[in-house]
Amino acid sequence: MHESAMTLESLRPAIAEISLGLAICVVLMADVFAGASRKYVTPLLTLVALAACAWLTVTVGAVQDRTVLFDGLYVADRLSVFLKLAGFLSVGLALFYSQPYLERRGIQGGEYQVLALTALLGICVLASANSLLTVYLGIELLSLSLYALVAFDRDSGVAAEAAIKYFVLGAIASGTLLYGMSMLYGLTGTLNLDKLATVSAAHGAGFVIAVTFIVVAVAFKFGAVPFHMWVPDVYSGAPVSVALLVSTAPKIASFALVARLLVYGLGADPALWVQILTVLAVLSLLAGNFIAIAQTSIRRMLAYSAIANVGFILLGFITADPSGYRAALAYTLVYVLTTLGSFGVVLLAARSDGEAEELDDFKGLGTRDPLLAVLMMALMFSTAGVPPFAGFWAKLWIIQSLLHTQHVWLAALAVLASVVGAYYYLRVIWFMYFDAGREQTLIVRQPLTRGALTLNVLAVAGLGVMPNVLLALCTSLMG
Amino acid sequence: MITLGHMLTLSAVLFALSVAGIFINRRNVLLLLMCIELLLLSANFNFVAFSRYLGFVDGQVFVFFILTVAAAESAIGLAILVVLFRERRSINVEDLNTLRG
Repeated sequence: MHESAMTLESLRPAIAEISLGLAICVVLMADVFAGASRKYVTPLLTLVALAACAWLTVTVGAVQDRTVLFDGLYVADRLSVFLKLAGFLSVGLALFYSQPYLERRGIQGGEYQVLALTALLGICVLASANSLLTVYLGIELLSLSLYALVAFDRDSGVAAEAAIKYFVLGAIASGTLLYGMSMLYGLTGTLNLDKLATVSAAHGAGFVIAVTFIVVAVAFKFGAVPFHMWVPDVYSGAPVSVALLVSTAPKIASFALVARLLVYGLGADPALWVQILTVLAVLSLLAGNFIAIAQTSIRRMLAYSAIANVGFILLGFITADPSGYRAALAYTLVYVLTTLGSFGVVLLAARSDGEAEELDDFKGLGTRDPLLAVLMMALMFSTAGVPPFAGFWAKLWIIQSLLHTQHVWLAALAVLASVVGAYYYLRVIWFMYFDAGREQTLIVRQPLTRGALTLNVLAVAGLGVMPNVLLALCTSLMG
Repeated sequence: MITLGHMLTLSAVLFALSVAGIFINRRNVLLLLMCIELLLLSANFNFVAFSRYLGFVDGQVFVFFILTVAAAESAIGLAILVVLFRERRSINVEDLNTLRG
């Protein structure tokens, strides 16, 4: 299983991380030498670099079989390649959507792109983790970049407050994760997930405590209730473009974390983590949906919506069945795609007198900006789970897998939560079309961003029309 | 004779102290950062104890990585703290109340 000698050829499956690491150095240097007069260089170069990394990952790094590298620390399989590509796409889109926002807020700076890329590197490492050490390093690379990004607007006290809260809570989660990992190491004598997968069954009380610590940390990174306190703060305190970044690509990382650490590494006895995840999922579904109803700020509404959606993703995992895992993967992908769109609309809906912060700012958007309103309507329908869109199928597959594994009451709860959730998504549509807003001129007329956003929404609608494409993909990845 | 049990007890006490410190402390964000350090050190202590007990070195290698990451983590935490202090003129935990979960 372990290759004896490392050659250049054997590094091929790790091309995503290697090329991304080089790209980070190049972007960092290019930003320094481009100077203040050529601010367009860094964002453009970043997108080119992301495209190049994605292309290399597909052409050079594609693997058919599971390949283990670096003495068992790193694994490349079709799932890791796919998750990395999804990460490249979502970070690329997020950076593309944010550019006009960063320019009008005057917070451009090459560090923004570099930090986004280091966060992406963390996601890639996590997607390929095959050891507790790699899992930890991936999480930290991702989290540390995000803490710095949240505080990126140095003149905003709210952003700094959100950042310090995110930092402290995230650091406690890391500490908890490490403590759980150290106990796991002591009980099994290995850090390798392959070996852990074979020895992890039936180890008594110590094992239960170790897994509990780890699951708590995972819930923290996912933003599941009762470890969700940072989510609304970060979504509403950070710059909108950072909220867009935090709400999308890291969800792919969280999926990878659960898939690698719990489903694979601790998969011999899923009962260890299924019970805790069930409690977290139920609480997230209920608290997320009910608290979201009470929100008046669009960003806080999206934050609680994120918590509710995390509940759905966790429901897929608690089936401890391949059908549930593939439903969770499909749900994660659809959620990331839809959220990219929703926050993209929020970024574009800025007016001459400020950003679109409150739900009230969406009143009358249907007459003010018909295209944006149609896009938002499609995205809200998808998140609410209305049939022609991808969100409907994602919810349906989760519920089907729950029924398939005899979790009838959880399926009923998921349906109930979706109905409650539909209320506040549809309320946005009501505001846009049936409420007269204050007369304001939109200041954002970005044809390119609008074009990309339209394609994004078309993808959400297209996956809804052809759900079998997504299902077949997820089935081939998760088995 | 100091056994594995003693070391694990010490690290559990350190862990409990740091968690208590984080939740009881209502004064100063700097103290929170110290408690976070202590939290990571308690995990380190566990790793070293188990590594010695089991006779494998990989636990001690893990500790090197944790120490490095903890240094980076403190740097970022202090940087955020500086930004916060410049904006608010306070690093009091009770003043962090603009955003409410």
